[in-house]
Amino acid sequence: MLEELKDLEGRALTETAFAKEEQDLLQIRVKYLGRKGLLTGMLRRIAEVPPEERPRFGRLGNEIKERLEERLDDALTKLIQERRNELLRQGKIDVTLPGRAPARGHGHPLSLVFNEICDIFAGLGFSVVSGPEVELDYYNFEALNIPKDHPARDMQDTFYIEENIVLRTHTSPVQIRVMERQKPPVRILSPGRVYRRDSDITHSPMFHQIEGLLVDKGIGFSDLKGILTVFLREIFGEDTVLRFRPSFFPFTEPSAEVDIRCVICKGGGCRVCGSSGWLEILGSGMVDPEVFKYVGYDPEEVTGFAFGLGVERVAMLKYGLGNIRLFFENDLRFLQQF
Amino acid sequence: MQASVKWLKDYVDIDVTPQELAGLLTMAGFEVEALSPRRPSFAGIVTAEILAISPHPRADNLSLCEVSTGKSSWRVVCGAKNIFAGARVPLAGEGARLGSSVISSQKIREVLSQGMLCSEAELGIGGDASGILILPDDTPPGLPLEDYLGLEDEIFEVNVTPNRPDCLSVLGLAREVAALTGKKLRYPAFLLDEDEKDIGETAAVEIHDPELCPRYCARLITGLKVGPSPLWLRRRLEAAGLRAINNIVDVTNYVMLELGQPLHAFDFNLISAGRIVVRRARAGEVFQTLDGKERPLKPETLLICDAEKPVAIAGIMGGMNSEVFPETETVLLESACFNPRSIRRSAKYLGMNTDASFRFERGVDIEGVVGALNRAAQMIAELGEGRIRRNYLDSYPGKPSGPLAIPLRLKKVRETLGIGIDGQEIADILRRLEIDVREDEEKSGCFLVTPPSFRLDLTREIDLIEEIARVFGYDRIPTTLPEIAVKTEDKDPLARALKKIREVLLGCGYTEVINYSFIPAGALDDLKVDRDDPRRRLVKISNPLTEEQSVMRSTLVHSLLSNYRRNINTGIRDLKIFEMGRVFFKTEDGLLPREKNSLGVLLAGARFENRWPFSGEKADFYDLKGVVETIFSELKISGLSFSSAFREPFLHPGKSCGILINNRQAGRLGELIPEVGQTFDLKDCPLLLEMDLDLVAQAVPGEIGGRDISRFPSSIRDAAFILKKQQEAGSLIDSVLAMKEELVEEIAIFDLYEGPGIPENSKSLGLRFTYRSFERTLTDEEVNEIHFRLIRRITGETGVKVRGET
Repeated sequence: MLEELKDLEGRALTETAFAKEEQDLLQIRVKYLGRKGLLTGMLRRIAEVPPEERPRFGRLGNEIKERLEERLDDALTKLIQERRNELLRQGKIDVTLPGRAPARGHGHPLSLVFNEICDIFAGLGFSVVSGPEVELDYYNFEALNIPKDHPARDMQDTFYIEENIVLRTHTSPVQIRVMERQKPPVRILSPGRVYRRDSDITHSPMFHQIEGLLVDKGIGFSDLKGILTVFLREIFGEDTVLRFRPSFFPFTEPSAEVDIRCVICKGGGCRVCGSSGWLEILGSGMVDPEVFKYVGYDPEEVTGFAFGLGVERVAMLKYGLGNIRLFFENDLRFLQQF
Repeated sequence: MQASVKWLKDYVDIDVTPQELAGLLTMAGFEVEALSPRRPSFAGIVTAEILAISPHPRADNLSLCEVSTGKSSWRVVCGAKNIFAGARVPLAGEGARLGSSVISSQKIREVLSQGMLCSEAELGIGGDASGILILPDDTPPGLPLEDYLGLEDEIFEVNVTPNRPDCLSVLGLAREVAALTGKKLRYPAFLLDEDEKDIGETAAVEIHDPELCPRYCARLITGLKVGPSPLWLRRRLEAAGLRAINNIVDVTNYVMLELGQPLHAFDFNLISAGRIVVRRARAGEVFQTLDGKERPLKPETLLICDAEKPVAIAGIMGGMNSEVFPETETVLLESACFNPRSIRRSAKYLGMNTDASFRFERGVDIEGVVGALNRAAQMIAELGEGRIRRNYLDSYPGKPSGPLAIPLRLKKVRETLGIGIDGQEIADILRRLEIDVREDEEKSGCFLVTPPSFRLDLTREIDLIEEIARVFGYDRIPTTLPEIAVKTEDKDPLARALKKIREVLLGCGYTEVINYSFIPAGALDDLKVDRDDPRRRLVKISNPLTEEQSVMRSTLVHSLLSNYRRNINTGIRDLKIFEMGRVFFKTEDGLLPREKNSLGVLLAGARFENRWPFSGEKADFYDLKGVVETIFSELKISGLSFSSAFREPFLHPGKSCGILINNRQAGRLGELIPEVGQTFDLKDCPLLLEMDLDLVAQAVPGEIGGRDISRFPSSIRDAAFILKKQQEAGSLIDSVLAMKEELVEEIAIFDLYEGPGIPENSKSLGLRFTYRSFERTLTDEEVNEIHFRLIRRITGETGVKVRGET
């Protein structure tokens, strides 16, 4: 009987080792360990074993039963693991294929520069105001101390709608409109589209300007220099070298043109700066007392300064562009760079 | 204003390099826009004397010259007729260079020539090619020609601002240089050599319009010989960009450049009765100017006339009828002062911009009129070998009542500039500019300042402060920061809305474009916009650059369609773009147009991208509508609705709608009709949106209140309804919402179906109802009861049927 028992174990273990499917293992379990299983049946026949061998037979029978159960469990776990691994292998994707990126729009480079400039001045306490683009001659010229038949009008080629209505040539008329309705102090920024009758590689009949005005008690030319220095270093970098040089605008006195050291050649002289090493970047000056008279401010009480710059020019320098028309052609290949 | 350094040096010592000088002027407000060296285009050419001339043995029209440079003698074959023994001439010997050619000895008709004698034209220093350049008799031989003639120079191009007409002259610029470098200014020195006979015997001046001509002076020069000017004079004119004409006209130009006073020379024999009359033009009067053109005149234009006829348009251009010509012997020289505005108006409508009008428009020194007159008269007399009549005519009705002193407060100077400058330095600066400064005896800390008559720009205290700042140096003024005032004003709601909308659109994948505000005059015809549409109230530009840019746009759509067209040309067919800009509507003549802020969006091609892993399906109406919904939800605007009861001529009538905010039309949205697409050469019809941003911004709520949320679970019930095909889903949902069933949290569409199983001309609309209470978890029974009650109400009140029920 003991021999029979050992044979039975040998068969069962061999079958287990060769089983390929979960189903086979379950069948082996039933075949040997089930209620009517071979091992179960053999153990029931303990009565046929001589009494002195019965303890040994019983012990061996239980050992075989445990061993077999353990083997069957191991084999089953292994099979399940293998199947899982196989499933994961089958689920492998090609990670080199392109992703499904969410659509992303691109801000116009002029808007980007616009916003950057407005943000800097917001930090300096300036509020943004706007005004009409089609403007009365009075606001665009007269009240800015540019009378009719004055040669200063030649400085800005003008589009006319009617005799006294023009496309604004600068955003300065907004200054006048604001000062007319608001008492000092004034600290404003007026950005927007402006128009001049001029068209070539660096001039566009429509372009964007940002103009600032600060009026308060005791404002001096040194404050103008201070604010504009902070601004230009903020936008062109901490180590930007700048110079203020005398100029003429009918609505400011003293007037200053502000140049920065050429960002391309760093002052050595190149095509962009016309070999001067300097780039004209903004016009500025102390508000002319004449302008204050137009809006009813007392030039003995308050002083102030104004400045204006072309957004296209700043953008061209920042992004290294040579042709102003690129901004208005709206070619996606150009716009998507920003 | 263009000038040469050599010429400047006549009036002021300059011991800095031309580059440094350019820097000094630029930093004093006279921007030097160009600095170009002027160098002769030859080398190795020397002055020489012709010792003897003999005929060429083989050619009648050539001669053989024996030429000496002092050290050596040369034999040169020459074809010119103006040479003579003893003449001093430029010699280009062997090895000399003329332009790009190198001179070598060569046989000319079998006779060896060791070089050549040169004409002005050959040397590239003048226009005269008629003969060899004959140098003055006292020219020492053997000197390099460029040194002897002083041909090396630097030419400045200075941008003189409109407030500084005094610097439209070499002397004016020299005065600035003197002030900036602390050197002394030398005025041109000359002795006036007058005749016995007085000008008054033969000539007279009458001013009929003193307002337009405050001063008119004239001199008479007789016995003149008109001919070419000497080389040095011609070269100076040329350096300033002017063409040499003859010794009379050239002097008038020369003195204008030197002193800034425009002058005119008349042939006196052509001046009827020797009388100059200054008057306005008569209506219908026509005048032929020097350039040969017939000029119709307006009565606002001032004329210089003689006893019978006009002889010049004052301050702009002389006439053909009194021009100096080669046979002229007597010249009446005019030096006058005209009203700047009148000159400008006349020059503008005549379309003439002359060196004279440019200066008169900006203003000339009324006290400098006589100085310039004398200077030019003397030069003309010298160069034309004539005689100056004694005295000058001077009609001066506009004499100013003496210069007014301007009070200058030192405190004001310091405050305006933010510098601690003292009185002495202020006085020094002003005096260097020939401005008179005195202490005000009545007021301490105050100067009384009298500018010279040529400084028309200095009339107020601030003008003087500018002068101080300019010469003091802007770079020496410190930088300070004013106190930052606290901002109380709230940010503009429009600016806030625009910013948000821009962010939403960028996030939705739309790229921003910026177009010109002008569109073609026919743009609205392209879009088939109705005749009486408000967008037809176009604002027209009276002087457009091109027809394509001749009106201000009243819609952004045309620009966007052009952008689409352009991008197709470069191979981009899928496009999502937007623009925010103003649109313009004419109101009434004389009034400003109405301006509105507008948003335009164009969507074309694929919904996503046309590549794996996207399907490449085409975008449709609902994609663009979704963008609108996102914008409004982001701005927290309620009261948005879409209405098909709407007509836009360029949009598909079945695939477009109006956008309403609280039932007010705020925009339009839809698909372009193919007919308009063809105008832009488009095969596919893009989707378009245009919206009034002012209305949108107004609808943005000031404060956004947060709302509590229910803590209990929701229950969902679906129901499908059969609707007539034309019935709008929106109307059904609106009616359900109007029933105000309190536990209905949301109604969403989960399905839309037409086809088998659905009756003809009908569609099935699947609605998903979400029920939720704020107080408790709803039981299934409760939800069912509410849901079926609601369904019954819907079928009962709206007439739709539940799908599957008959």
